[in-house]
Amino acid sequence: MITPSLILFYVAGALTLGGALVVVMSRNIVYAAFGLLASMVGVAGLFLLAFAEFLALAQLLIYGGAVVIVILFALMLTRIEDFESLSDHPQWPVAAIVAIAVFGVIAAAIVGTAAPESERVSLSFTALGSSLFTDWAVAFEVASLVLLVALIGAVVMVRSAGGRD
Amino acid sequence: MLELAHFQVISAALFAIGVYGVLARRSAVLILMSIELMLNAVNVNLIGFAAFGDFTEGQRALGQVLIIFVITIAAAELALAIAIILRLYRNRSSVNVDDMNVMKW
Repeated sequence: MITPSLILFYVAGALTLGGALVVVMSRNIVYAAFGLLASMVGVAGLFLLAFAEFLALAQLLIYGGAVVIVILFALMLTRIEDFESLSDHPQWPVAAIVAIAVFGVIAAAIVGTAAPESERVSLSFTALGSSLFTDWAVAFEVASLVLLVALIGAVVMVRSAGGRD
Repeated sequence: MLELAHFQVISAALFAIGVYGVLARRSAVLILMSIELMLNAVNVNLIGFAAFGDFTEGQRALGQVLIIFVITIAAAELALAIAIILRLYRNRSSVNVDDMNVMKW
């Protein structure tokens, strides 16, 4: 039965997979970055369809905003004309076979496993927040520490050795 | 009717596309983007189970909390990977992963 949510799901899924295909197929690396943006917006749509409004918002802000911008900066700081010649590796047929095999194995697992299903259920902001800050508070603090260490490490790494220039 | 299997199939396809990108691309930045695709495939699978699985509320909340942590770690990983790529570019004037063979023996 075709329901509105199913139609929206197909739109979001097509955006996700189409953007992902642009990322791995495009000859122009800037198009690939914008394909990534489309794919991330599609994933945010999938989150909305699963009634996860907070995650959809976080996905749009973090991936649609920060990650794509950082990747565009990386493209700008490394020489962009190099990329045209770096399109596809000669081993791409092997890569395609491996990717299809991965999909086949996962699809077989999906078909072969009957997961216990229920109706689509939403989770309130309150429940998500109280779970994050009570049950998983330690993990949350550790994650913030990981982010801090990673960002300091990134700054240290891109500085020149010995602090010159 | 929207079902769990829809989300699982999208997740599997996105993951396979990411695997193809990691293996077939030569630019380090494009490989990084493909890894981001694979991380998002995992998130789509998690949200599918969190919304459609036959679970208690605490378990559904855990599914969404896991996605928040995956996004966090992905951001940290991206910052470090971009730093490494810029460093490599400064030292070797290239982001082609085939040129990075200093540890080959």
